[in-house]
Amino acid sequence: MSVLATLRGISKTFANGTLAVDGLDLDIADGEFLTFLGPSGCGKSTALRMLAGLMPPTSGTIGWTGGARPQVGFVFQEPTLMPWASVFDNVWLPLRLRHIPRRDAARSIDEALDLVGLGAFAKVYPRELSGGMKMRVSIARALVTRPPLLLLDEPFAALDEITRFKLNDDLLALKTELGTTVGFVTHSVFESVYLSTRIAVFSPRPGRIVAGIDIPEPLPRNEEFRLSAVYADHCRIVSAALHKAMNAPQQQTVAQ
Amino acid sequence: MSEPRANGRATNALPDFVLPVAIFIAALAGWEAVVRLNDIPPYLLPSPSLIGETIVKDWPLLSGSLWVTLKITFSALFLAIAGGLFLAILFAQWKWVERSFFPFAVILQVTPVIAIAPLLLVYLDAQTAVLVCAFIVAFFPILSNTVLGLASADHNLVELYELYGASRWQQLRLLRLPGALPYFLGGLKIGGGLALIGAIVAEIAAGSAGQGTGLAFRIAEAGYRLNIPRMFAALVLISVTGIAIFLFFSILSHLLLGRWHDSQRSREA
Repeated sequence: MSVLATLRGISKTFANGTLAVDGLDLDIADGEFLTFLGPSGCGKSTALRMLAGLMPPTSGTIGWTGGARPQVGFVFQEPTLMPWASVFDNVWLPLRLRHIPRRDAARSIDEALDLVGLGAFAKVYPRELSGGMKMRVSIARALVTRPPLLLLDEPFAALDEITRFKLNDDLLALKTELGTTVGFVTHSVFESVYLSTRIAVFSPRPGRIVAGIDIPEPLPRNEEFRLSAVYADHCRIVSAALHKAMNAPQQQTVAQ
Repeated sequence: MSEPRANGRATNALPDFVLPVAIFIAALAGWEAVVRLNDIPPYLLPSPSLIGETIVKDWPLLSGSLWVTLKITFSALFLAIAGGLFLAILFAQWKWVERSFFPFAVILQVTPVIAIAPLLLVYLDAQTAVLVCAFIVAFFPILSNTVLGLASADHNLVELYELYGASRWQQLRLLRLPGALPYFLGGLKIGGGLALIGAIVAEIAAGSAGQGTGLAFRIAEAGYRLNIPRMFAALVLISVTGIAIFLFFSILSHLLLGRWHDSQRSREA
């Protein structure tokens, strides 16, 4: 598989002196489902945001195969919808910001809503939706431009388990259908193994990648995989890697 | 008061408004009874029925004054909305403008309008001075609420707009202005009431010096003549005007925010 992005020596120091990410070296392959796994506050979200271009790295470079950063779809921890706009208009936003009129965008919007199973809810306002449905709208908005790279920052952390499993399956189905490269952040070992083709395990602050683990089982996966011995084995390995990362001698943040 | 409610609507036979209206009527009846039973003379305390009569009898005079007061109130409010909104947008676009000019707005706000009025009456003709006073008091809540609203946009949404390369103008029009709407309408409700208060206070301050003919002037004038029923009649008209302004903006809020904002949502019982 070809490489989509090359991260070399990426570090991020915040204005208050906190070293959040330290010396990240990573190649992102085209079409993979890559998960950043680590404890809270380990800099995995920061890494994702730098990848999206939402914040610049303090040092290091991100190289893109196409030369420039491709169109990115981004999904936040919260649905982050505009409460005054209907579902349709919320999904229209990325196209609207590119001056594409409502009528011309309608087909793309309907398609994106159908992809997440909300075709019948176009006229509804966000407050009338459940948490899981809001997150679906957020995903539809990220997909409406058909970006080659979809980044999700702990998108399902606030949802109940049943909804989360359902959205996991739907996300995998979408990924398989569209062939998008996905960058995903989570602190759940089980979620990361179920979804990913590759997992990058982060150590606690400052964030470093301490292990890269491939999950070679084919996509999409289903309930059978979740109950299989292979899944349990992968979980054990990833869990062990995470434990090792947590217990590694921690280097205190000094970046004055 | 513990009737079962669903969707904010009483499920009992009585609609919501019956009880407050009944109590209001009972209070008026009590007032009427106290005045009649004790033979209180109208120059001490007129009965509600006499006040009603006075409104009808003096309508030609009072309606002219009401019109003057309304004109001043709404002109001031209009100017306050235009000025407040314009300045708030400037403040939101450039932080240094906010830092430089917000202190002026605060000074205008914290100085009691009744203390500024005599000075304004020296510089301006009475009508304009009253208008400026009403503007000053109505302006600040609209400005500060809108500034707050424009600054309260969801940070993630701001980042999302940046991710998609939104221009400043797009961010203002599609994100900050709609998000500020509830705050702006809140400011409008306060500012609307304050514009009326400002107009009345300034006119009282203008007193006989001004050629004002608004409702406040009528109250002062009727006071000199010990025409207490007319004082009450003018007072009633002022109250009704204030209530009407408040209701108008409440309904406007409901129409504009009804579908999406939590303030307009009735809680499920």
